[in-house]
Amino acid sequence: MILQRIWRAIINPIDPFLFALMVLLIGFTTLVMLSASPDRIEAQLINTGVALSAMWVVASISPQRLQLLALPLYVVGVILLIAVAVFGDISKGAQRWLDLGVMRIQPSELLKIAMPLMLAWYFQMREGSLAVRDFVVAAALLALPVYLIASQPDLGTSLLVLSSGLFIIFFAGLSWKLITPVMLAGIIAITAIIATEDQICQPDVKWPGLRDYQKHRVCTLLDPNKDPLGKGFHTIQAEIAIGSGGWLGKGWRNGTQTQLEFIPERHTDFIFAVISEEFGLIGNLGLLLTLLLVILRGLLIAAHAATVFSRLLAGALSLSFFTYAFVNMGMVTGILPVVGVPLPLVSYGGTALVTLCLGLGILMSIARHRTLLQK
Amino acid sequence: MEFKTPEQEIQRFRSRVLAASAFVIICFGLLVARFVYLQVIQHDYFSTRAEDNRISLVPIVPNRGLIVDRNGVVLARNYSAYTLEITPSRIKDLDATIDALAGIIDIQPKDRKRFKKLLDESKTFESLPLRNRLTDEEVARFVAQRYRFPGVDIKARLFRQYPEGEFASHVLGYIGRINDREKRKIEDDETRAANYRGTEHIGKSGLEQSYEDELHGTTGFEQIEVDAGGRAVRSLARTPPIPGRKLVLTLDSKLQKIAEEAFGNRRGALVAIEPGTGGVLALVSMPTFDPNLFVDGIDSASWDALNNSPDHPLLQRAIYSSYPPGSTFKPFMSMAALMTGKRTPHQAISDPGFFWFGGHRFRDDKEGGHGTVDMAKSIIVSCDTYYYHLANDMGIDLLSRSLGEFGFGTRTGIDIHGESAGVLPSPEWKKKRFKKPEMQKWYAGETISIGIGQGYNNYTMLQLAHATATLAAGGVMFKPHLVKYVQDVRTDEKRLIEPTPIKKIPIKPEHLKVITDAMVGVNKFGTSSRAFAGTEYVAAGKTGTAQVFSLKGAKYDAKAIGERLRDHALFIAFAPADAPKIALAVIVENGGFGAVSAAPIARQVLDYYLTGKIPAGAAPEQVGAE
Repeated sequence: MILQRIWRAIINPIDPFLFALMVLLIGFTTLVMLSASPDRIEAQLINTGVALSAMWVVASISPQRLQLLALPLYVVGVILLIAVAVFGDISKGAQRWLDLGVMRIQPSELLKIAMPLMLAWYFQMREGSLAVRDFVVAAALLALPVYLIASQPDLGTSLLVLSSGLFIIFFAGLSWKLITPVMLAGIIAITAIIATEDQICQPDVKWPGLRDYQKHRVCTLLDPNKDPLGKGFHTIQAEIAIGSGGWLGKGWRNGTQTQLEFIPERHTDFIFAVISEEFGLIGNLGLLLTLLLVILRGLLIAAHAATVFSRLLAGALSLSFFTYAFVNMGMVTGILPVVGVPLPLVSYGGTALVTLCLGLGILMSIARHRTLLQK
Repeated sequence: MEFKTPEQEIQRFRSRVLAASAFVIICFGLLVARFVYLQVIQHDYFSTRAEDNRISLVPIVPNRGLIVDRNGVVLARNYSAYTLEITPSRIKDLDATIDALAGIIDIQPKDRKRFKKLLDESKTFESLPLRNRLTDEEVARFVAQRYRFPGVDIKARLFRQYPEGEFASHVLGYIGRINDREKRKIEDDETRAANYRGTEHIGKSGLEQSYEDELHGTTGFEQIEVDAGGRAVRSLARTPPIPGRKLVLTLDSKLQKIAEEAFGNRRGALVAIEPGTGGVLALVSMPTFDPNLFVDGIDSASWDALNNSPDHPLLQRAIYSSYPPGSTFKPFMSMAALMTGKRTPHQAISDPGFFWFGGHRFRDDKEGGHGTVDMAKSIIVSCDTYYYHLANDMGIDLLSRSLGEFGFGTRTGIDIHGESAGVLPSPEWKKKRFKKPEMQKWYAGETISIGIGQGYNNYTMLQLAHATATLAAGGVMFKPHLVKYVQDVRTDEKRLIEPTPIKKIPIKPEHLKVITDAMVGVNKFGTSSRAFAGTEYVAAGKTGTAQVFSLKGAKYDAKAIGERLRDHALFIAFAPADAPKIALAVIVENGGFGAVSAAPIARQVLDYYLTGKIPAGAAPEQVGAE
């Protein structure tokens, strides 16, 4: 009886549909990790445990309480980002880490949650009296941390933070009249870059606002074969792994590109190449479907959410999850530049996993509290 | 912004969720398209790329074939030793590294020089030997400190070795590192290029060069799975190399050695041929050199010593250098006279000691002449006047045509490279040889000295020995060859270098007997009777002297002129006279009279070959004038 009540208390905050999909993904990850990097399996399991606990904790907190955290988290996050810019450690040419003595933290990661929380809270505050001015304020709130992260420089994270904020603004009702021209401009810009690749990828051409390594990533994407042993190596080897996988893959632990270490970062950002090589197109489609179901479930939760805050937050978190998945698979298959974005719930790495699980925990909380609130 | 009710608000939100869902599905559709493109459409291409990535073909160089003489004495072999090798592309400061290495391993200045030379010649990222033949102790010392020297390795390699050193070096030749020109030539032929992957040495001269394809063998390959760092993970398949074939020579190394020793420190050449087969029994060019010096790049001091020596030890005197045959030409002149009917054996002349032609006096060696001279006597006493007459009677066209039958002026086709054609003079030859019209004309007076083997006559010792062997075999001409057979060392299958009869010169037995008897007479009571006194066999011979320096009618006095201007001494012989087993030609450069310096060398060679007698190493005795 008591056990039953404890069990109920445990599973109560959990959304069974989302959780089932997560278990599928995490189980699959474990399998892939056993092939790609078996020595990290233990650490991955610990990470998973921590992340799921964090998810459970957040899922147990009602959206109203979460709402209270929005402003403080955002303020703390921005302060930490400024601290990083001033005192941060430099590792691999970027200033991302803040050494607190006890632990090293990466404040940009915090903003991935704090940003949508903050903007959702802001629009909740303005509910009923929304004006153009509010979108300007929202844009400013978004621009500051994105700028700080981008200048670390960390293009991947800044894009994720930026997109999470843009998603809130989109769901908050920004007019299509504004969205359409911006998207058109983006498409034109990308087309222009591809068309003028030969000129703008010359070594002496500087790109305004971007670092040299960022320019190289874009140029490498446009033509990886220009530098097959250098910057193009990642992309080329990943494409070879994916392409050689074929319909059914080479089989678990039989991927030559994986086992002979031709795939770079094969347990983190490029883990998708491992999956493609060993499980083939069928494995990819299965993975893609699972991820799609997670996103659609999230969007469904958003559609049925009770308040403006939870609605916007759920929508943005779902699309952020999508962004992770799309950008990661896009870069590994060579249609997007190589930016450091992990494959959600699959790539090895504690921080990203915890962040994603926090997001999913928030979704679960929103899912559970839509009916409670209406009562 | 227009005002909206909460319901409208929710409606709008839901429409945006729908739009977002559509966007998500479109984007994932894009990914699916990309997957299909990579994994289905481009699958074959990427599979090949993945295989190329993981499999590396490592060549396994075959062992080079051995070279042994007709009795199995090893003349060229391989042995395994450790070398200290440097990959220059992996080292920042080469000199500092070599200095540091010199602290633990003995590195001589000549090693450094040779390494520098190799470095200049190599353009690829290959590893180059700094020191060869490390001692066990040196290997141990280096291994203990290997961590200090990235880019430096110890490798076990097979080395070519010529155990007899300077012996027979002109026959064996040597191998050396493949140079750029040879590399380009190899790469022109696709199958050859594949077979030479991993091979660093190639035959540069002698048999090593001419039998390169046989000696090299077939390169094996190992398919090795490698990881991204290029480290070998495991072997997938192995095609073993086929070792190079063994060359078994017709050469008799003891005979060769006796001949070389007989020369002492004199310069010259000797070629001995088995008349019935064309097999070369000895091919001597003196002085010789040590081919071992060349195997891993010769150091500049040794190279300068060889190259700048006035004796030109690298010159292949037996097949490349050509000399006037002098009186050794006379038996062939006589045979040609018999065959063309220009003389009968008993037709005699009266020799006053000279021959007048066109207001010019052609001198005989003997003042006052030899009296009445028939064909036999002309050979035995080496009467010049007889041959002045004969040459004049034959005329240059007939002379040139009939002597050409014996192979004079034509490459014999021996199985090593670098053979000269020599010069069989004729009006046609002269026309080609000279550019100025006044030089192109043939003068009848020039024919006269051709008759005694002087003038434009120029033949290699190989040609002279070849002609002698053909005469000894009664006119049957065999292609001279150094290799008896080529043997596959795995199957012991032999490929004979067949005795190849080129042609049969129609010599009548009675004519052959005239010439043979006369040549036997030369050794019995003629010009070389002292050198051939007391032989256990009957040998036919003929002495010769080739002018190096024109005396313009003055009397020759060996002591009065410089050593390098003295006449070359020649000798041809075959024995036993009735059933010849060996025919030879020998020249001692600036040796003076053939009977004095050349005939005793021939005697030692024939003695050993026919009776097994090893000479006591006596200096050639002084005998009377030719």
